[in-house]
Amino acid sequence: MKGRRQREILEQGDIDRAVRRIAHEILEKNKGASDLILIGIPTPGPVLARRIKALIEEAEGVSVPAGSLDITFYRDDISKRPKPLPKHTDLPSNIDGKTVVLIDDVLFTGRTIRAALDALMDHGRPSKVQLAVLVDRGHRELPVRADFVGRNIPTGRHEEIHVLLSEMGHDEDKVYITEGEV
Amino acid sequence: MIGNNRHLLDLDTTSAEDIRRILDTAEGMKEISTRKIKKVPTLRGKTVVNLFFEPSTRTRTSFEIAAKRLSADAVNFTASASSTAKGETLLDTAKNLDSMAPDVVVIRHRFSGAPEILARNLDCSVVNAGDGCHQHPTQGLLDLFTVRERKGRLDGLKVSIIGDIAHSRVARSDISGFTTMGAEVFVSGPSTMIPTGIERLGVRVADSFEHALEGADVIIMLRIQLERRSGSLIPTLREYARFFGLNRERLRLARPDALVMHPGPINRGVEISSDIADGPESVILDQVENGVAVRMAVLYLLTGGSDETTD
Repeated sequence: MKGRRQREILEQGDIDRAVRRIAHEILEKNKGASDLILIGIPTPGPVLARRIKALIEEAEGVSVPAGSLDITFYRDDISKRPKPLPKHTDLPSNIDGKTVVLIDDVLFTGRTIRAALDALMDHGRPSKVQLAVLVDRGHRELPVRADFVGRNIPTGRHEEIHVLLSEMGHDEDKVYITEGEV
Repeated sequence: MIGNNRHLLDLDTTSAEDIRRILDTAEGMKEISTRKIKKVPTLRGKTVVNLFFEPSTRTRTSFEIAAKRLSADAVNFTASASSTAKGETLLDTAKNLDSMAPDVVVIRHRFSGAPEILARNLDCSVVNAGDGCHQHPTQGLLDLFTVRERKGRLDGLKVSIIGDIAHSRVARSDISGFTTMGAEVFVSGPSTMIPTGIERLGVRVADSFEHALEGADVIIMLRIQLERRSGSLIPTLREYARFFGLNRERLRLARPDALVMHPGPINRGVEISSDIADGPESVILDQVENGVAVRMAVLYLLTGGSDETTD
């Protein structure tokens, strides 16, 4: 990691505006907030889910359930090493017949979302699943597309994107990119 | 891999860090058992062989359920119905199994060290599910998990293990596990059941049963194992129950929030009275439930690579 250049690509204000726009787009596309459930993929998906929940509450005056969904057990690289520690799953309510908005920080290969869809289906049968991401960085390996995108950022295959959010103990929100080959 | 170990043979060579990792992973596994569909695809295509040379219902079923909830294929191999009855040696049985390319072999055997012999000769991971009077590491881990879940910590707790320490592999794994995690472990029982030199494992032999109970946070009652000739070490079961059975009156000596544990199957009225076994202090059924989660964690971690290799 040493010696690799870091470049900030989104700052606090950019992230605020992007999340606010996503919240409004979710309401617009679904014609309101009825039957919506926001589910974040750890980490930091659940943090973004809670922010969007607060923004929807502010805009519409309704409280939308928000939760988190661990995808560790559904990964397709599970025999790679080392084994990741399972994270917290906390689904807010029965998801049958609901519109689930999956929320992730960065959309990259699409493999995380494939795993999340499988994980979700083991918990019930939502009527619709939509995807919201803060950053779409390209390089898809599966036919996955986001419904709501905070920012499209072209990246190199070996660059890394880091999303820091204040709820996770960082001073301020920030998205930066680590450049160069690994 | 658990740390740098491809096998789980005992808890005395398992580090605190590795134990913590297993327990943390087991927390995530526990959620799966609360779902409507109690299955995840994580170990799809992996094969787990349960090789049981000794009768066991609870442990074998627990390993089988653990493997199945992770989508591994679990095959049970019971000695009475197998080639062992036809005179095949342990090593030959093992080599034959190895040719069928399992990923994990779970073994229970009446001889201490049998899992180690397998580990040296097989290409796959080996999990000790109890060997003779030596170790039963997954039982130790589920006891640690149950206590950590209830108490929020392990270090600094007073843990007393009561009964036939000499013949108990559960006691040895509990002693290794709890001392590694910083608990203070006492043992107590009839002097014929306390091996000389047990202090070398880092435990203290209590002066009396009552002394072991005083201020205890955790009381682990061991089963009087008549099948391991425990009977020859005590005059009668009634006398054992009178001097070393846990009842309401004796339990008052322990801390008011003390946990009562037992590896099962319990002999009601011998080492533990029925009102304690079914009482609010008892976490015996939690132990069984947690056993599945802990075994899922062990299978999950062993089928992955080492911590040192990165991708």
